[in-house]
Amino acid sequence: MSDMILHGGLILLVLAVAITTVVTRDTFAAITAYVVYGLLLGLAWVALGSIDVALTEAALGSGITGALLLRAASILRHTEEAAESKRPGRLARWAAGLVCAGVTVGLITVVVLLPEPAPSLAPVAMESLAATQVGNPVTGVLLAYRAWDTFLETVVLVLGLVAIWGLTPDRLWGGRPGQLNLVERDGVLAFLARLLVPVGLMAGIYLFWVGADEPGGKFQGGTILAAMWMLMILAGLSDAPRVSGVWVRWAVIAGPLTFLLVGALGWFGSTGLFAYPPGLAKPFIILIEAASTLSIGATLCLLVIGPPQRPADS
Amino acid sequence: MSLLVDIFSVVMISAGAFFFLAGSIGMLRFPTVLCRLHALTKADNLGLGFIALGVMPLVEWPFGPLKLALIWALVMLSSASVSQLIAISLRKQGRKGP
Amino acid sequence: MNGFLLVAAGFIVLTVALGLVRIFRGSEDADRMMAIQLLGTGGIAVMLVLAGAGAGTPALDVALTLSLLTAFASVAFVKNSGKPPSDSDR
Repeated sequence: MSDMILHGGLILLVLAVAITTVVTRDTFAAITAYVVYGLLLGLAWVALGSIDVALTEAALGSGITGALLLRAASILRHTEEAAESKRPGRLARWAAGLVCAGVTVGLITVVVLLPEPAPSLAPVAMESLAATQVGNPVTGVLLAYRAWDTFLETVVLVLGLVAIWGLTPDRLWGGRPGQLNLVERDGVLAFLARLLVPVGLMAGIYLFWVGADEPGGKFQGGTILAAMWMLMILAGLSDAPRVSGVWVRWAVIAGPLTFLLVGALGWFGSTGLFAYPPGLAKPFIILIEAASTLSIGATLCLLVIGPPQRPADS
Repeated sequence: MSLLVDIFSVVMISAGAFFFLAGSIGMLRFPTVLCRLHALTKADNLGLGFIALGVMPLVEWPFGPLKLALIWALVMLSSASVSQLIAISLRKQGRKGP
Repeated sequence: MNGFLLVAAGFIVLTVALGLVRIFRGSEDADRMMAIQLLGTGGIAVMLVLAGAGAGTPALDVALTLSLLTAFASVAFVKNSGKPPSDSDR
């Protein structure tokens, strides 16, 4: 009863902001609305009790995606007028609206007609959790029961990075992304970056570490590391790395490579691929998570700052 | 004793919520962008400070209150810096006054 | 106590809604940049209250993440607003 204001307020606000995102004409306002929508969804997830999802939504879904959209919008700014003049005709828009309405009604029906209690694998997952030696069931699912899927997710990030680097013009290959940001030694931004980034680094490492037993883990920790690196680049305290740099490439593949090596170890020490040797699950999980946090941080930052725009010797 | 602590929490959190309301009303009513920025950052910081104080007795000692203090310090730092950055960017666009 | 905390959290969500109205009706880019700040601080306040209402340390971790990410997002917005597009060589 007393949570009605909270839940009702969040529902109305999420709907209003989502509609604003779609309806507004100004791109900057639409991106802001989308970031706000992501933050509100994070709040909603906490209100529903899923803290892991809330962390990922707030960090990845609104922060990093917002930065990505901003960059895309600024690059595409000069094409906006041409795109505006080619809006789809009335028939197409009505058809799209009907399909969206149909999908919405379908989803609502499915959720409302779910059997009570809803079928769930959660109790089964919790039963075997003790064997994995981690306390957070989400980590257990991601890294023990479905390690193969999580490994492929980390590979997908690397593939995305390769695809973005593939957009580099030939003569700039191996160079640095973005324009050079000059640092004002006494400026506000440099001050903020100098104080915030060390705290952010610690917070990112803390979130990865605590993810074994409490909500957190490598995606959340890595995203914070990526945001802190981007903050340093924006403040001019550090230049964007050359994409041909050896350490950059090692940082990006360290995670998937560690994951694969530990998984392959399962062929020798246990029953098969991605099976941990009994009793040694937790140290291997921590190893995988540590390497992946570094990789996810590096890869996400490189994904957002984009392909090289300056030659390698600048 | 526990009742006193509860009363303290209720009073602090209510004060914090009041300041959030004051900040939002300021945002609705102030005439210019810089005034609205001022209302937003100052009132919300104060509101957050009161709420952090009020929640301190309710979380696990010792790391709970420490985290609360850290979060409040981070928000103070970042909102002060960001409001300066927004104001600087407005000035670069040519606005002279508030 | 819990009831009061949940009502307080809901109240803060409503004040954030109030502020958002102004932001999205406003005409300048700076109004939008304030939206991130408002949501960030308001969201953190709701997290803190929910932490006191029983969500505990994980909610505090979400608040910590929010504080770092809104600082980053605000800086990204300020840096990216109103600048002419940098010429990408294509």
